[in-house]
Amino acid sequence: MTGAAAAPVVLRLEGVTKRFGPLTANDAISFALRRGEVVALLGENGAGKTTLMSILFGHYLADAGRVAVEGRPLPPGDTRAALAAGLAMVHQHFTLADSMSVLENIALGTQPLWSPRLDRGRALKRIREMSADFGLEVDPAARIADLSVGERQRVEILKALYREARVLILDEPTAVLTPQESEALFATLRRLVARGLAIIFISHKLGEVMAVSDRVLVLRAGRLVGERATAETDRHALAELMVGAEIARPDIGPAQPGPALVEMKGVTVGGLGPIDLTLRGGEITGIAGVSGNGQAALAEVLSGTLAPEAGTLAIEGRAAGAWSPRAALASGIARVPEDRHGVGVIGDMSVTENLVAEAYRAPAFSRRGWMKRPAARDFARRVIRDYEVKCSGPEAPARLLSGGNMQKLILGRALDGAPRIILASQPTRGLDVGAVAYVHARLLEARARGAAVLLISEDLDEIMALSDRIHVISRGRLSPASARGELSIREIGARMAGLGFDHAA
Amino acid sequence: MAAALEILFTASFWVAAVRIASPLIFATLGELICERAGVLNLGIEGIMVAGAFAGWITVYSGGDLWTGVAVAALTGAAFGLLHGLLTVPLGLSQHVTGIGITLLATSLTYYTYRLALPEVTSPPKIEAFRPLEIPVLSDLPLIGPALFAQTPFTYLAFVAAALVAWLLYRTPLGLALRAAGENPDALEAQGLSVTAIRMGAVAAGSALMAVGGAFLTMSAFNSFFFEMVNGRGWVCIALVVFGSWRPGKALLGAILFGAFDAYQVRLQGVVGDAVPYQVFLMLPYVLSILALVAVSRRASYPRALMVPYRKGER
Ligand SMILES: Nc1ncnc2c1ncn2[C@@H]1O[C@H](COP(=O)(O)OP(=O)(O)OP(=O)(O)O)[C@@H](O)[C@H]1O
Ligand SMILES: [Mg+2]
Repeated sequence: MTGAAAAPVVLRLEGVTKRFGPLTANDAISFALRRGEVVALLGENGAGKTTLMSILFGHYLADAGRVAVEGRPLPPGDTRAALAAGLAMVHQHFTLADSMSVLENIALGTQPLWSPRLDRGRALKRIREMSADFGLEVDPAARIADLSVGERQRVEILKALYREARVLILDEPTAVLTPQESEALFATLRRLVARGLAIIFISHKLGEVMAVSDRVLVLRAGRLVGERATAETDRHALAELMVGAEIARPDIGPAQPGPALVEMKGVTVGGLGPIDLTLRGGEITGIAGVSGNGQAALAEVLSGTLAPEAGTLAIEGRAAGAWSPRAALASGIARVPEDRHGVGVIGDMSVTENLVAEAYRAPAFSRRGWMKRPAARDFARRVIRDYEVKCSGPEAPARLLSGGNMQKLILGRALDGAPRIILASQPTRGLDVGAVAYVHARLLEARARGAAVLLISEDLDEIMALSDRIHVISRGRLSPASARGELSIREIGARMAGLGFDHAA
Repeated sequence: MAAALEILFTASFWVAAVRIASPLIFATLGELICERAGVLNLGIEGIMVAGAFAGWITVYSGGDLWTGVAVAALTGAAFGLLHGLLTVPLGLSQHVTGIGITLLATSLTYYTYRLALPEVTSPPKIEAFRPLEIPVLSDLPLIGPALFAQTPFTYLAFVAAALVAWLLYRTPLGLALRAAGENPDALEAQGLSVTAIRMGAVAAGSALMAVGGAFLTMSAFNSFFFEMVNGRGWVCIALVVFGSWRPGKALLGAILFGAFDAYQVRLQGVVGDAVPYQVFLMLPYVLSILALVAVSRRASYPRALMVPYRKGER
């Protein structure tokens, strides 16, 4: 995108500091944002990106520092003032009322509360215009609950535009999008910048950062540690700046396939199948595909929350009888669920309690039905240390963790204790590059000690790098397996689009 | 059998059904507003008692009828603000607080009653609202008298239902109120205060509950006595669920309940003492429970109902 060095400054932060008890989440951060530029905010999980944006937006109160929009100081802790000044934010977790319509969500709070009539007609007309102008297609009458994640995000952006925002903040907007949806989002962003908006873009995906931003700011442990013009840097330099060290690529030895630990034959459930799938010990089996093609059902079958309607499922050669989540756990299947807020962690429980939630019956943590608290706490300390989970301690409520740290918590829970079979759904979504490398290393370690790993991911690079065998999933059917390096990324992409499948059958 | 059916075709039955429904309409609308904003208000039973007394004592001590209604509303709003204060900014348990408000409002009322009328044994009557027949319309068969020969207080109940429906679905305020009960984060992200909206909703809703109570003393029994509210508040809690949190359906539910109640009284006359009369008294409640079971399984309740909201937390 175009350079904007001479454009006027729209947003200026000076010395913004925020502490949560002993933790300094933002440490004297200062920067300026100019009209028509896209600034990417990079940083590890828990570096303080979301916190900083929440301060701008008046959701958190800063302990020190000033914010000014177009030269005028912004009163702290006042969302309404931030909106009035032209700031708008698309949160990491959407803020939409599910049972209300798109139009209602967009119009909420845009008219004086005491006006006698909600002007639906005018709102409808403006939403239609904006949708057309910026390529944000969505039906204004639809209920949010009926929309896909990508559509919901469009509604969030429309909310911002409806208020004539001049600064748009996007917190990890692509973490939940399919690659196609991300492309569409970037096209929209380009149009917005052309109209003079300034954008702050938070992402862990360095490729995206290189593609959309003009300038990159890097946060580390709450401090601003670097600023680069995108054109004058590259992915490796950014990754290094972010984690403070170079990230080694994992080197992957040849697979030593063991016995088949999981065998599915003709398994059918909901929109999935019939599928045949074999997972061998010592191998990573990758499932590539755009999400929504049956991955969720596949993961649910393996983790026991769905029982197959037809076909057979055998674990270590024995047919799985009454299939339930507990049976799955008992047969040594560890899972990293996709929806970490819904299924993964229980926000109001502590880190320790979340960690032992699936293993509280194990002898290590319980004696005759009583929980061994000290043992559980020691386990929590170890996971926090080994996985570098940033939190105030084993007793911190899980909901206070940053998005990426929640994911690390789940991984720690799943991979500890040497499980024989590992189901990893989107295990690195929302993780920073350092954490991604760490997770990959852990999965490869499990493979080396003979575990069977099923890796479900939308990230083709991840699938290609880790998998010994790759299946593509499309509309509930699996392609035949291809061995590591057998197909190129383009060929896999073509299969993802449905080529080579016999969907008519 | 024929006699039991004939009841349905008498004008007096429908008149009674609508009259019995009127206080329920007010109070159900009040509860509905609170719950739509995300706050369960179990103070309803006590607030109705307080409203019944406040309206009655105003008229008894020489006030005008509409002044009585206004005083009842203000009394309800005051209890509502207390409930709101405890449950919204302080985030206390809505169940426990609500029961507390009911006990507080009921006992305060009886205390005030004893202070104001220490000597009285049989409760004195007041000059209450009189039926106002609307020409032509009240001559329609069956529904004419039921809908157009009631007191102005009953007409107000129907107007209130229309106004609440308009407020909820046609105004920016109603949109904000519904959002407060669905996803407070959505409201806060658009620069509105969840606390202010919820407090306002609980105060306004409680005012309506108290007006419902006042109907009993000012348009039905014409005097105040203990235990006159008699569980009507709890019925309204069920009616909100029955009406799937929609004012129109809640209005129909209240009339249905009124009809059950009016019917059981008349059925007692037809059947005589072959069946103990308590069975008939139970009938409207049993039928309500059945209706509730049938209707509310699909009902989608406000997502953030009973979830306290604290700003600046995740
Ligand atoms: N309300 C809070 N109370 C206590 N600690 C908090 C609170 N909000 C955030 N934190 C902590 O502040 C730190 C920064 O969190 P923040 O959400 O800003 O990280 P982030 O950079 O957005 O990370 P991610 O990439 O994982 O989303 C984290 O360690 C987090 O646990
Ligand atoms: Mg974040």
